[in-house]
Amino acid sequence: MYEFAYHKPSSVADAVKLLSADPEARPISGGMTLLPALKLRLNKPSSVVDLSGIAELKGVRRDGAKIVVGALTRHYDIAASAEIKAAIPALAWMASTIGDTQVRNRGTMGGSVANNDPSADYPAALLALGGTIQTDRRTISADDFFTGMFSTALEMGELVTAIHIPVPEKAGYAKMKNPASRYSMAGVFVAKGPAGVRVAVNGAGANGVFRVAQMEAALAANWSVDAVAGVKLDASGMNGDIHGSAEYRAHLVTVMAKRAVANAG
Amino acid sequence: MNVVQPFEGIGASVRRKEDFRFLAGRGQYTDDINRPGQTHAVILRSPHAHAAISGIDVSAAKAMPGVVAVFTGPDMAAENIGGLPCGWQIHNKDGSPMAEPPHPVIAVGKVRHVGDPVAVVIAESKAQARDAAEAIVVDYAPLPAVATTEAALSAGAPLVHDGAPGNLCYDWHIGDKAALDAAFARAAKVVSFETTNNRLVPNAMEPRSAIGEYDTTSGDYTLYTTSQNPHVIRLLMGAFVLHIPESKLRVVAPDVGGGFGSKIYHYAEEAIVTWASAKVKRPIKWTAERTESFMSDAHGRDHVSKAELALDAEGKILGLRVHTLANMGAYLSTFAPCVPTYLYATLLAGVYTTPVIYAEVKAVFTNTVPVDAYRGAGRPEATYLLERLMDVAAREIGMDRVEFRRKNFIPVDAFPYQTPVALQYDSGDYFATLDQALESADWKGFEARRAAAAAKGKLRGIGISTYLEACGIAPSAVVGSLGARAGLYEVGTIRVHPTGSVTVLTGTHSHGQGHETTLAQLVADRLGVPIAQVDVVHGDTAKVPFGMGTYGSRSLAVGGSAMVKAMDKIVAKGKRIAAHLMEASVEDVEFDRGTFRVAGTDKTKTLTDISLAAYVPHNYPIDEIEPGLDETAFYDPKNFTYPGGCHIAEVEIDPETGKVSMVNFTAVDDVGRVINPMIVEGQVQGGVAQGIGQALLEAAVYDASGQLLSGSMMDYTMPRADDLAPVSVATHTTLCTHNPLGVKGCGEVGAIGSPPAVMNAVVDALKGYGVRHIEMPATPAKIWNIIHGGRAMAAE
Repeated sequence: MYEFAYHKPSSVADAVKLLSADPEARPISGGMTLLPALKLRLNKPSSVVDLSGIAELKGVRRDGAKIVVGALTRHYDIAASAEIKAAIPALAWMASTIGDTQVRNRGTMGGSVANNDPSADYPAALLALGGTIQTDRRTISADDFFTGMFSTALEMGELVTAIHIPVPEKAGYAKMKNPASRYSMAGVFVAKGPAGVRVAVNGAGANGVFRVAQMEAALAANWSVDAVAGVKLDASGMNGDIHGSAEYRAHLVTVMAKRAVANAG
Repeated sequence: MNVVQPFEGIGASVRRKEDFRFLAGRGQYTDDINRPGQTHAVILRSPHAHAAISGIDVSAAKAMPGVVAVFTGPDMAAENIGGLPCGWQIHNKDGSPMAEPPHPVIAVGKVRHVGDPVAVVIAESKAQARDAAEAIVVDYAPLPAVATTEAALSAGAPLVHDGAPGNLCYDWHIGDKAALDAAFARAAKVVSFETTNNRLVPNAMEPRSAIGEYDTTSGDYTLYTTSQNPHVIRLLMGAFVLHIPESKLRVVAPDVGGGFGSKIYHYAEEAIVTWASAKVKRPIKWTAERTESFMSDAHGRDHVSKAELALDAEGKILGLRVHTLANMGAYLSTFAPCVPTYLYATLLAGVYTTPVIYAEVKAVFTNTVPVDAYRGAGRPEATYLLERLMDVAAREIGMDRVEFRRKNFIPVDAFPYQTPVALQYDSGDYFATLDQALESADWKGFEARRAAAAAKGKLRGIGISTYLEACGIAPSAVVGSLGARAGLYEVGTIRVHPTGSVTVLTGTHSHGQGHETTLAQLVADRLGVPIAQVDVVHGDTAKVPFGMGTYGSRSLAVGGSAMVKAMDKIVAKGKRIAAHLMEASVEDVEFDRGTFRVAGTDKTKTLTDISLAAYVPHNYPIDEIEPGLDETAFYDPKNFTYPGGCHIAEVEIDPETGKVSMVNFTAVDDVGRVINPMIVEGQVQGGVAQGIGQALLEAAVYDASGQLLSGSMMDYTMPRADDLAPVSVATHTTLCTHNPLGVKGCGEVGAIGSPPAVMNAVVDALKGYGVRHIEMPATPAKIWNIIHGGRAMAAE
């Protein structure tokens, strides 16, 4: 990695001050994306602002009809959270499928959400569940937050502080993992909740996470595996690479949608 | 007093002596070594598959903080540094030698693959060296590239080397072509088959590393390196590249974290750090990043083959014709030319009585990383071709695939068996390993399991491979006549210390195989010394006599045999000393596991009595016997050894996603006498894991421009634990007839026998879709395409 300055603020306000003052500064939470990029010299920040000292960003709590997850809550903690397992078991299970044990003990929901990797898991869950992303200055609905591959509505220096997730009536997730990286090749999160019936897809889309209106309509009319089985996606919006064509990914979305509905019960 | 000790000799599953230091993180790998005043090297590598270099400006780099020196190819060429040598010369059909273009240590004027070294930066820290490497300005003029053998052989293809017209390294053949044509003329049936053997990246857990150190006082050089054969590196680098006499060059290969063949070869970085350490007069360390490993460790496999099998009306094989294109990559790696020839085409008889075989092999240069031996080396390519062909043929003639194999097996009473492709098998019983594997895998019960899987919507398949391999390489005179530029004997020293403990010096090298235990067991078995008192030393040219290292499953068959010969000398000398001490004649002294006895009496001396007398020769026949008890023997094998056996794979396919899951794997191998069953089981399981990796997961993929698309573990699928199945390992032994231990070798059988078993299972699972063949790796996307295509056809 290149040399950079290192800061470890203890409050959100201090972190935001550091990040706002320097457009080349980068925040780091679990470091599961930024650290490999630094090691490969693909990223050259002037300074790295380590958020791990900010206690207020950690933890899970139930707040009435929603779950609030602190941005620095690790995947492991989400998978193990009694609150989440009781309220949104599909989200806890999703967290348990991310990366491997080491990744789950480092990576955080806030970091994953802010990075919006098209193959990351959480964006599909938040989109399907109608979650909102709270930052140091505002709240943004998931619909408005994820604006494209590796792209979000966050402004310069703006930090994700928490994620608010309405508790659904039911929800399910299924994904096909890339054989090599084990990131999602096609993952589908289905939910029936305050935001209505929603179906969101990660991994497969050429422009990141997206919703499938046709599947949502079919499930709203008839919540069943058969309802989504007949919905075929067009390959034109899909990603293709050495692990699978766009056609294959389009096909996988339907398969994973069926399995997600089955998992939701 | 008699102390009852647990049996630690031949056949005991004793725990590996070396594992405590590995498990405790106390191994001493090359990168763990730090020398006083050490600097760090970073290699600048070509981002282009093929480009002319019109200039390199290192001035900015040299001015960077911490930079000690920067060297380029022309700097080395100016000092008359040789190119990296090739250790095996193949001759063409017409008798002319293969094309052997130069392999500069650092590129001069042209780069030929992504990763080709262009410059080296030596700095106080690795980070400073990397900073400076980025400041080097190279003027590249990109040239058209060829990444595949097909592209390289096409008309008008760009030339990788001016000295290799048509990109051809050699056009070689073996076998009787006229006899083969005659066999085909009378065939009732000819089955044709084409296949690609996928290109693999070895990916040892420990990346390559090297430290060069020059002693300004003595003029001695030391190279610490991740090598499977330090003496070979000393010979090649000293004699051909840097012109340093053996007496001035020490090569140390300390703990090495896996090799699988990729650490046999002499690599550029070894020569760079050794040469440059004298220039900067400081030690220099280089350790590969994983990304560098992908683009600079020799890759494996990469064959494209056509085969034709001639059969009579009863299903007996009459002849086999094979045509293979083998990718050599951009330069000839140390043993590359022998892999697709004498380690491949000579194996095409397999376990069958095929009376005539003719094989042609063209080796081709491409703008890719050099390709060389990788676990199995040629034998997996031959086995895959043959064992897939056997399944295809059985189906085409409507014969059960097991019966078809059995019908063509070499009979048990036919040994020694001379094949039509040079090898003479000494022993084996292919019927026994087959029957044992069929029983163990419950082959008969499979259709019920297939039906149960179908009821769950899964496609279940079972596949078999009855394989043979040739290892324990090999008689020096034979390999010399075939083009080897080295001998392939091995050396062992047995040093019995005054109080009876033993140090073994072996020219083999352990990099995961467990030699420190297995070789100690040989001593325990013969000399009766507890393995805790047997220290196995390897991997240092300053300590060990000239040996050839570890590859080709040779360490026990060749290295162990050398130890047996050395122990014979110890026992013979010990008897003479014992005879003196017990006032008996030598002929009357017997020896058994540490005890010398006058036959028919209760007069005994222990090995310790003898060793003490040998080193403190007060009461000693000093005029007749030299003091000391320290013997060395060199052993040159009389033949290859021929492990074989039967592997059975069972898979289940999810037709919706195309994902193939391993359900079960059964291996019954004949590896000759087993020294440590636990270690054999581990070796077979590791080999099977790599074979499953080749069959289902791994592929080094280049695009047409020569860029490596699968250049990291984000895109190159290494097998993980959950990709595997329970691997049941059993052995059925026939003894090797020509080495003193009766051992054959177990290091590679797993990787050799398993890929066709897995692929035969995959094709079997998909038999409802009219599938004849599927290329490795059988990825989910590939299987889905086949199922999808099959459905589309059925619907039409």
